Amino acid sequence: MAAALLAVDPGGLCGVVLQAPHGVARDAWLARLRGLLRFGAPWRRLPPDAPDDRLIGGIDLAATLATGRLRLERGALAESNGGVVVIPMAERLTQAAAARYAAVLDTAEVTLERDGAAARWPASLAVVALDESTADDERIPAGLADRLALRLPLSPGCLVGPGPDAARVANARGVLGDVRASDEVLRTLCEASLAFGIGSPRAPALALRTARAAAALADRRDVAEADVVLAARLVLAPRATCLPATPEEAPPPAEEQGNADGGPPKDGSDLSEIVVSAMRAALPPGLLAALASALRGRAAASDGRSGAPVKDGGRGRVLGSRPGPPRGGRVALIATLRAAAPWQTIRRRAKGDRARPVLIRAEDIRLRRHEARRGTTTLFAVDASGSSALHRLAEAKGAIELLLGECYARRDRVGLLAFRGTEASTVLPPTQAPARARRCLAALPGGGATPLASAIDLARIAADGERRQGRQPLLVLVTDARPNVARDGRTGRDAGEADALAAAALLRAAGVATLMVDTAPRPHAYGRVLAGALGARYVALPQADAAALSTVVAAARSG
Amino acid sequence: MDGIVGALASEARATPPASRRQPYPFTAIVGQEEMTRALILAAVDPGIGGVLILGDRGTGKSTAVRALAALLPEMSVVAGCRFGCDPAAPAQMCESCRELRHRPVAKVPVPVVDLPLGATEDRVAGALDIERALVDGAKVFQPGLLARANRGFLYIDEVNLLEDHLVDLLLDVAASGENLVEREGISLRHPARFVLVGSGNPEEGELRPQLLDRFGLAVEVRTPTDLATRVEVVRRRDSYDRAPAAFCESWRAAEARLRRRILRARSRLGEIATPDATLEAAARLCMTLGTDGLRGELTLIRAARALAAFEGRDSVTADALRLVAGAALGHRLRRNPLDEAGSRARVDRAVAESLGP
Repeated sequence: MAAALLAVDPGGLCGVVLQAPHGVARDAWLARLRGLLRFGAPWRRLPPDAPDDRLIGGIDLAATLATGRLRLERGALAESNGGVVVIPMAERLTQAAAARYAAVLDTAEVTLERDGAAARWPASLAVVALDESTADDERIPAGLADRLALRLPLSPGCLVGPGPDAARVANARGVLGDVRASDEVLRTLCEASLAFGIGSPRAPALALRTARAAAALADRRDVAEADVVLAARLVLAPRATCLPATPEEAPPPAEEQGNADGGPPKDGSDLSEIVVSAMRAALPPGLLAALASALRGRAAASDGRSGAPVKDGGRGRVLGSRPGPPRGGRVALIATLRAAAPWQTIRRRAKGDRARPVLIRAEDIRLRRHEARRGTTTLFAVDASGSSALHRLAEAKGAIELLLGECYARRDRVGLLAFRGTEASTVLPPTQAPARARRCLAALPGGGATPLASAIDLARIAADGERRQGRQPLLVLVTDARPNVARDGRTGRDAGEADALAAAALLRAAGVATLMVDTAPRPHAYGRVLAGALGARYVALPQADAAALSTVVAAARSG
Repeated sequence: MDGIVGALASEARATPPASRRQPYPFTAIVGQEEMTRALILAAVDPGIGGVLILGDRGTGKSTAVRALAALLPEMSVVAGCRFGCDPAAPAQMCESCRELRHRPVAKVPVPVVDLPLGATEDRVAGALDIERALVDGAKVFQPGLLARANRGFLYIDEVNLLEDHLVDLLLDVAASGENLVEREGISLRHPARFVLVGSGNPEEGELRPQLLDRFGLAVEVRTPTDLATRVEVVRRRDSYDRAPAAFCESWRAAEARLRRRILRARSRLGEIATPDATLEAAARLCMTLGTDGLRGELTLIRAARALAAFEGRDSVTADALRLVAGAALGHRLRRNPLDEAGSRARVDRAVAESLGP
């Protein structure tokens, strides 16, 4: 059905996010969509890392040099005008690439301003983004996903059911312009999107277009309830970020029940309810998990598993080239030759130099741009106070050792802070040698008061230092959350707790991803409060053996 | 050098875009008063120094900027000049216009140039015409986007995704009002005074702080959350999508009204008095907020003056300051990690303190 809707109005719906692994089901869906499109409509597959000259276009250097006239090459986006672009592995699209697609979807044209050439081509197209992500931290860039009307999860085993045939779709395309939507429909879609916490005003607008396409497909001239429900299911439900408060738990009065069963509802609120319940039914069971991952994903924009990408680092994946002085980096030879090629005639004439085959000037020099992944530094802040030592210092040490092993495997740097007595101290500054951290940890003495605020402050300073060096800090705070020393060294539970919370707020504002391990035998409410102030993931050790803890850290890292 | 410029002087300014569908009318934008106000102020007084629009997806950032193009009145240029020189301001003319004894005048729409993603430096700054270089080996300068944007607007969508070296180039030119091109032994400078309008979504990448400060006004746009507004947004968008021409026609009167207001405000800008009390209030406000340098204060006053002109007042009042303080100062504050409420709330608080409720 979704395929047919998209085929009815490809330019209007802008496209679909197809959540499906590579497989028969996906191929069948794509084949159907292709069959339903207008005859001869272009169909392009573009890898997510397609370079700009392929995507947008540029000078066709070979043809230009051969003919002696400026020849432009249209990019794949312009070539797909009126058709469909399929992006496999769309979750690997960079923000920059996604923004290029988004610009084309918004303006329905490709604007080229590259390589000394300017052009504008119409490009009304639909994007089929194939989302093959398996892990939580891989998602299609939100800027692009927001513009694609439909979201379709396709399980590998599911078969594509029968749907409208090409003739009906062609007919629907013809009547689409005449389909009217009442104000009630508009209101319903907006209400539903508000109720499900969908922020973008694009969502109801796209839902409206979808409803219209659905009506056209059914050969109606007015959008009916069924169309609205379908649009809500396909467009709004997958974007839901919260469940609406259930209107009332009590069963509705009998007459309303009858109304819903037979005949269309009479007023707008009923339609809204039907839409809401339809969306509720369409919501996947794993919604909450998905929500959490989306929220974490937002944080992941800055705290990725493998660290945030650094441009111009001199190392890593090659991103392309930019003009610049040759001493600034590594020269991109091909790009430099390309830049110099068109000017050869002029230079030869100016210099009368016919001996040298190619004349290259400083302004042609192109440098390679790189994008490297930053490393991660895991900082352990271990509570070695008397209360903690009494409880579980040994167990906590065991858990940390497991984590250290993992850090070694990932080539992460590790640092160790301990706090006991009056203040926290750095036991081991961040290092590449987890083995040393293990030795330091084993030799860590216990006993004394709990200066938690000072520990959190120290951790923040250490995390800042790591960030300045281009690494992503991750803090693991192991404590029983019973602070009794304030920042100024005064003892006392109240002052200690208040200071720790203040320090936690600072750390959170600094944006350091944190995991808090509560080692208290009976976790105290304060532990959770503190974790909240830290914005940390919270895990209580009594339920967690060392192995479970390690899993939690791995999860925290990926989120 | 003169020969180079002269060779192309006959060629008209960069060809206007081919017939595209009419942009969404500026006056039909629902809500988002802060953003539309900032854009109008920049249109009234281009010296304010650019507008940065940050905000959620789908809140009409790009729509508003593109709509502004259609709204603005035509300007007069020296006919045939590739840089769109103003016949009334000889001091700011390009070299070829300065040499002309008789300058014919033509009317053209105010340029709003869209800097597309993936644009390369040579197209932004301008370079030698590749085709002419290939065909007859002639050195002919081909103006770039900066030349086209002269005396108009240069719009960068997703400004946070723009390559750093392009950002540097743009800021440099925007600050000096002049673009200098050196290539193949020719060196050429031409005026490039434009209002830089950037938009971006902070969730998709942070903006460098130096860049933030270079924009005169910065506004945040948020998704409307009340139902009536949202319904209206979707309704208007939908009727525009279905019949752009008819929709624009129905807004034509409102557009013309706004255009006249902007024109009037422009002509009155010089007559607006700025009382000492207002200057003092602005200084107090900036001191309360601890903004770095004087740029914030100057922008605040300029924006308030433009607002007073737009609203038909004779002098700049504290009310005008209040309305533009958020946009003029919000992005110039030092970040305080402890303040969760963000810079906006701090500006509001400081406004209440130093200007009275």
